[in-house]
Amino acid sequence: MIPLQPPRRLIDVQIDGEAVRVPEGSTILDACQAAGKDVPTLCYGDTLTPKNACRVCVVEVEGARTLAPACSRKAEAGMKVGTDTERARQSRKVVLELLGSSTDLSTTPRAAEWTAEYGADPERFGDDAATVAQPAKVDNDLYVRDYAKCILCYKCVDACGEQWQNTFAIAVAGRGFDATISTEFDAPLTDSACVYCGNCVEVCPTGALSFKTEFDMRAEGTWDESKQTETTTICSYCGVGCNLTLHVQDNKIVKVTSPHDNPVTKGNLCVKGRFGYGYV
Amino acid sequence: MDLRFRGAQPSQEERAAVDDLLGPPATAWEGGARTELDLRMAARAEEARDLLLPALHAVNDRIGWISEGALEYICRRLTIPPAEAYGVATFYSLFSLEPRPQRVLHVCTDLACQARGAQVVRDRVEERFGPPGKDWHESPCLGMCERAPAALALEAGQPHRAEVYAPATPETITTITGAAPRANGHAPSLEVAGETPVKEAVPQAGEPGLVLLRRIGVVDPASLDDYRAAGGYTALRRAFELGPAGVIREVLESGLVGRGGAAFPTGRKWEAAARQPDHPHYLVCNADESEPGTFKDRVVMEGDPYALVEAMTIAAYATGCAKGYLYIRGEYPRATARLQHAIATARSRGLLGDDILGKGLSFDIELRRGAGAYICGEETAIFNSIEGQRGEPRSKPPFPVEKGLFGKPTVVNNVETLVNVLPILERGAQAYAAAEPKLFCVSGAVERPGVYELTFGTTLRELLDMTGTTGTTRAVLLGGAAGAFVTELDIPLTFEGTRNAGATLGSGVVLVIDDTVDLRRLLLRIAEFFRDESCGQCVPCRVGTVRQEEALHRLSRRVDDSDLVLLREVGQTMRDASICGLGQTAWNAVESAIDRLGVFNR
Repeated sequence: MIPLQPPRRLIDVQIDGEAVRVPEGSTILDACQAAGKDVPTLCYGDTLTPKNACRVCVVEVEGARTLAPACSRKAEAGMKVGTDTERARQSRKVVLELLGSSTDLSTTPRAAEWTAEYGADPERFGDDAATVAQPAKVDNDLYVRDYAKCILCYKCVDACGEQWQNTFAIAVAGRGFDATISTEFDAPLTDSACVYCGNCVEVCPTGALSFKTEFDMRAEGTWDESKQTETTTICSYCGVGCNLTLHVQDNKIVKVTSPHDNPVTKGNLCVKGRFGYGYV
Repeated sequence: MDLRFRGAQPSQEERAAVDDLLGPPATAWEGGARTELDLRMAARAEEARDLLLPALHAVNDRIGWISEGALEYICRRLTIPPAEAYGVATFYSLFSLEPRPQRVLHVCTDLACQARGAQVVRDRVEERFGPPGKDWHESPCLGMCERAPAALALEAGQPHRAEVYAPATPETITTITGAAPRANGHAPSLEVAGETPVKEAVPQAGEPGLVLLRRIGVVDPASLDDYRAAGGYTALRRAFELGPAGVIREVLESGLVGRGGAAFPTGRKWEAAARQPDHPHYLVCNADESEPGTFKDRVVMEGDPYALVEAMTIAAYATGCAKGYLYIRGEYPRATARLQHAIATARSRGLLGDDILGKGLSFDIELRRGAGAYICGEETAIFNSIEGQRGEPRSKPPFPVEKGLFGKPTVVNNVETLVNVLPILERGAQAYAAAEPKLFCVSGAVERPGVYELTFGTTLRELLDMTGTTGTTRAVLLGGAAGAFVTELDIPLTFEGTRNAGATLGSGVVLVIDDTVDLRRLLLRIAEFFRDESCGQCVPCRVGTVRQEEALHRLSRRVDDSDLVLLREVGQTMRDASICGLGQTAWNAVESAIDRLGVFNR
């Protein structure tokens, strides 16, 4: 079933001098994708309202005083956007340096590729540069919170809260560089409102939230994505029939995700579908 | 909403503090004692997220800190998930979620105070009371720059108390509780001690020809009759004659632009908001004056509170708002007390509420206190703060006139902007524009610091001739921490004039730096300020302000060209890619000090 959208007017925008026609209400990022431009994103989530916090997707809009976040700024008719101008590239470079120098990006997909592409040098801030390094929080058997890898994109908070799960177990606490994702009074997850749906893990862009299985295998050095197969199937627990994607390595399920393009669940699962595979 | 609690219980005192604000709980579903009926019937608890900040204040004011039991009780009463309430409470620097003494001293170590010997006060306080953190804190600008160096003691209790030390001497400051402060008699819930008459902050007080400051030091700020005898409420009557569209026309014609720093035409903002078909419309007065070196709004609110009440009423009439929020910074106890009194008096005399002056206008003002966050002065962060969310700025567009407070069309104006509407209506737009007044906050190395009213176009040199300078003037910081240093004194003090000189009028800060001030130390303080006050939402500002401070630390030890390049790159990225004005301006003052003052020249 393909959900039908109401008809939308098309508007013309220019991306790097190239005319692109997109439906009204599209973001600059949509227009860039339509034009085949590869704009890096971190905090953008295909199933969430853009928070535009990471600022790695900034582009130059002609006539604007500051750069615009492509992920959230709506395209307007006649807008002239530069995705690869010197100013945009420079900002992306420094943003990658700021993130790379304060956060562990080792498990962030494409981080290394972008760092090379933009010539970012996270080491330039010296050895004393403040970081968010801290021990990983392992307080339950299902998933691990390794906030040394957290770029504070707010996606887990949004997925846990009103955008998907409505559980509100976590929020951003503190301010500025000291801000963290936290339960109330930093209580362990087992004491919190968490229902272990793992929808936060699903949207985490850096691997700060991961399955305990993945975390342990990475620690042992046995995690190897090239040896994994992905099989999409249907959850066997209830009648909803959510899609599950089983990540299998060495004939064992090591992680469960869900397709984001499923029109009903949009990548969300409950604790049973996400973690209840022990019987297999 | 299905909430889960850990089961911490509030103390009797904490419960009482919350109940005094919200009234007793109606059912067990919102924190009351469980009865037979509650077990048979589910009641619907209404979410009242926007009361979160006042409720946190209620506990913090009474007890001095917010325990887990108190936070849980607030969450039950208002139907808020505890994790979210915790996120909000930890956002504000005036709240503590750990036990602390009842009386906490805030010693200002910001720019204007630093230029007047705050370091000595700070060091002596540390000698007497030990390292900062519990009994005392280093504070960002307290807005008492004309009496620098300043300190403020906040003491929890019933009523809670505030004691001002300005100018502060290490000997007079005390952390001892119950120093029997003198009550000002205006607000039963808050006592303020140690204040000097507002008049002393206005060297021009009583001079003929003043427009915005004409009543300060002349009328009793507590007396509505005095205010009316001195020309009060003639502007509102004139507004009723003109009608809402007529008021907007006058404001447009006057050319009034916002005084908060961005200089957006006020008339255009009002016109756009008035036209919005979505209702209700809200008015927000931004009195969260926190730019280091700025104290004009405090002086206006303390010396002429009814003027703000009248101006807000006019703005609401013109733009069709039935409700106004006055968001005032938490570190302004006297201004808070005076405005609480003024709003209550105006309400009791039919100047707020239903059918104002018998003209059928319905409008009321709710006062909300900030809790120590510079960012909440940003025009969209202030909405989140009022709504009970973390005070993080929103992305624009949509702009406040389309979707602002509670997602409705909102007019947000600074205090000084609003009080300018009174002379526009009293004198007519043209007469006003012919001699447009502007307030300046002069502090630092001057003989007579204070708020000065000038007409636009006066040069910086003329202003400094009025205030007198002490020592050898090395530079002037215009616009506060988000502004820029200038050395040229013949620049006209207008928005264009300062812009042409590569500076900004900003909020009207004129901080004079003489050659005794350690400029590198001053820059470090600016960097510390932005690091402390960054909300943490976007990467350029959250990490960039930290890297800026680190680089300045290295540079003050040893000048290295690679650090200067690094500063410029990080600064430019903060300016280009930050979400809001805080990050976008966090590098301004440092850049101007490097380029114009040669702070790091070898």
